[in-house]
Amino acid sequence: MRPPRIEKGLVLDGFTLVAPLKLGGMAQIWEVTREGDDLPMVMKIPLILDGDDPTMIVGFEMEQMILPRLSGPHVPRFVAAGDFAHQPHIVMERITGGSLYERMTGAPFAAAKVARIGLAVAHALCDLHRQDVLHLDVKPANVLFREDGTAVMVDFGLARHRRLPDLLAEEFRLPIGTAPYMAPEQVLRARDDPRSDVFALGCVLYEMTTGRQPFGDPRGSRRLRKRLWWDPWPPRALRPDCPDWLQEIILRCLAVDPAGRYPTMAQLAFDLAHPGQVRLTAAASRMRRDGRIERLRRWFRAAGAERPPPPALDGDTAAPIVLVAVDLAADYCAVADAVRAMTGRMLTLLPGARLACVNVLRLKRLGIDDTTDGEGRALHVARLIQLRAWAAPLGLPAEAISFHVLESTDPAEAIVTHARENHVDQVIMGARGQSGTRRYLGSVSAQVTAEAPCTVTVVRAAA
Amino acid sequence: MRIALLTDIHANREALEATLAHVARQQVGRIAVLGDIVGYGADPVACTEIVMDLAASGALVLQGNHDEAVARDDADMNADALAAMAWTRGVLGEAHRRFLAGLPLTAREGDLLLVHAGARNPGQWPYVMTPRDAELSFGATDARLIVCGHTHVPALFSLQPNRTCVAFTPVAGSPVPLAAHRRWHVVVGSVGQPRDGIAAAAYAVLDLGQGVLEPHRVPYDHPAAAAKIRAAGLPDRLASRLAHGR
Repeated sequence: MRPPRIEKGLVLDGFTLVAPLKLGGMAQIWEVTREGDDLPMVMKIPLILDGDDPTMIVGFEMEQMILPRLSGPHVPRFVAAGDFAHQPHIVMERITGGSLYERMTGAPFAAAKVARIGLAVAHALCDLHRQDVLHLDVKPANVLFREDGTAVMVDFGLARHRRLPDLLAEEFRLPIGTAPYMAPEQVLRARDDPRSDVFALGCVLYEMTTGRQPFGDPRGSRRLRKRLWWDPWPPRALRPDCPDWLQEIILRCLAVDPAGRYPTMAQLAFDLAHPGQVRLTAAASRMRRDGRIERLRRWFRAAGAERPPPPALDGDTAAPIVLVAVDLAADYCAVADAVRAMTGRMLTLLPGARLACVNVLRLKRLGIDDTTDGEGRALHVARLIQLRAWAAPLGLPAEAISFHVLESTDPAEAIVTHARENHVDQVIMGARGQSGTRRYLGSVSAQVTAEAPCTVTVVRAAA
Repeated sequence: MRIALLTDIHANREALEATLAHVARQQVGRIAVLGDIVGYGADPVACTEIVMDLAASGALVLQGNHDEAVARDDADMNADALAAMAWTRGVLGEAHRRFLAGLPLTAREGDLLLVHAGARNPGQWPYVMTPRDAELSFGATDARLIVCGHTHVPALFSLQPNRTCVAFTPVAGSPVPLAAHRRWHVVVGSVGQPRDGIAAAAYAVLDLGQGVLEPHRVPYDHPAAAAKIRAAGLPDRLASRLAHGR
C-alpha cells in the first residue's frame, strides 16, 4: 500500500489530522482528534523513510518501542502507533505548557529560576531512569511543560531502554545526539550511561544561567571530539552574579569523566532542591578555564580514547539517597544510637550513598504557633546542631551527608513527603517500644512504612 | 498464539520437569522442542519419553545434533560428548531411537522458521553466536522470525536496514517487543545445560499475536541432576558444570 499524502483532513488509523504544529525536516507533528476521545493528542509522522538516513528510521522504531513502555507525568501518554508497512506514526498526549526552547529566549535567568526549572527537568529524567530509560538527547527543545510546571520529556528517538535491544547501538559509525548537549562518552558512541543525561542537563543549566551554550554548536566529528578535553568558561566568568552553589552544580555535571559527575540524576536533583547543602569545592569560585598544561594533559589522554565499557546495570542502586529520620527527644537516645549503628552498617555496603539526616520539629496543630518567631528559629538551629552531633560518629565526608530540620504538625507525613520529593531510595528510622497507646494511635514508623515510596528499615533498641 | 520454546534438554530430567511445570502456568497454545533431547545428561530415556508424549499431544519436535548422533557414529563431538553419547546409545531402546532418528531438521509456520542450530545448512549444525552468524542465517531463508537453540546461550538478533545485525541478551522477566516489520533471530537458551553463567533452566515463550518474546529462567534441582551424571559414570565435568551454568 502506498503511504498516504499527509495533509489536513486525512484520516489515518482512525485519527483525523486537524492542524500541523511543527513541520520539521525529519518529522511532522500534527494535532489530531479521534471520535469519542477527549484527550488532546498529537501525531508524530516521520518523513524520510527510504534509506537515506537509517538513524532516522531506526530512531523512530526505538521511539515506537520505548514510549508505550513509559508511564507517569513526565512523559506524554502513549495512544497508538502506526504500522511501518503502511504509514508509521505515533499518537500521544499533547502537552500544552510550551517548551524550554521557547522559554530559553528569556535567558539568562536568575539562579533561583535556573534551579527551579533544572529541578523540574531533573525530576523528569530521574523518573525515566527509574523506568530503565536513558533519554540521551536532553536539550531545551525536548523538554515540554504541563500547565502546572511539571516537566515532560519528549522525543525518544535516540533513547535507550536498558532492558530492550538497542537498535541504534552497532550500526552507526558517527556519534548520535545533539552536538551542543552531547556528553563526551556519547562522542565515543557509548549509549548506556545515565550520567550522559546528567552532562546534558548540566549544559542546559549552563545555558539558562549564562544565556550561552557551554560548548557552542560544533559541526563535524573532529570539532565534536573537543568535548573530550576542552572545558568551557566557568559560568561566573560570564555572569558574575551566578552563585557559587550553582556554578559548583553545573561544573560537576560537565566533568569529562562520568565518574566526576553526580552518580545519579537523583543526586543532582537533591542539590538543585537544597542549594544551601551543596558542598563547595574550588570549582565553585573559579573565574577562568583550566590552564594550558592541564588542557594539554587532557588532550593527550583524549587522543587515544575509545568507547568506555558499559557501566553496571545496578549503578543507580549503588549510589542511593538514604534518608535517616532521627528522633532527638532526650528519652530515646538508645534508639538514636541503634539507628546510627544500623545506618553506619548499611553505608559500608553502599559507598556511593548520600545520607540525608532528617529531624522533624513538631508544630502545634492549633492556633498561632510561637515557633514561627525568633524562638522558633532558635529551636530550628538547635535541632540542626543536635543532628550534626548525632551524625558526627559516622565520620562521613561533607559531600556525602546533609542535614534537614522539617517543620510539620504530622512528622510521618513530613518524612514521607521529603522522601518522595528527593527520590529517596531507602528510609532508616527508629521505633520506640510497644505500648498500648501506641498501638491505639499508631506510630510514626508504622505510618512511614505504610506510605513511603521506597524501602523502610525500622530499628529498635535492644530491650 | 503463544508458543513455549524449549531446546537443548540434554537428558536433564530435573530441568525438563521444572520447565514444563513453569510452562503449564504460561497459557501457551503449543510447545516446540528444538532438539538435543539427549546427550550429556543421565536421563535420556525419561526425557525422550516425556518429549514423545508431548509430540503425541501436538508438540512440534525437531532434531538436534545429539539426537542425530544416536544413530551415527561419525559425529563431530568433543571427548565428553562422545563418552556421554556412547553411554546414551546403550540405554536407549529401539522406540526411542526410531523417534529421535525420525525428527525433522526444521519446521516452518507462516513467517516463523524453527530450527535447532541455524537456518543456513541446518544439518551441518552452525552456531548462531555473533551478529555475523545471524546475518548468514537470515540470508538463507525468507522467514521473518527464526528461532533456534544449539549454543546454550540466550540471544536475540535483529536485522537492520543496512543488512547488518544488532545483538541483545534477553533478560528473564523482561519481555521484548518484536516489531512486526523487522526480522528477528531468537536463540533460546538451554533447558538442561545452560552456559551463560546462570544455573537455572532457560526457555522462552513467543507470543505471535502480540509480537512479544518472553524469556524465562526456571530454577531446578541441579545437584540431583549432577549426582545422577556421576552415578552413571559419565565425565565429571558434565556434572560439575551444571552448578555454574557453564
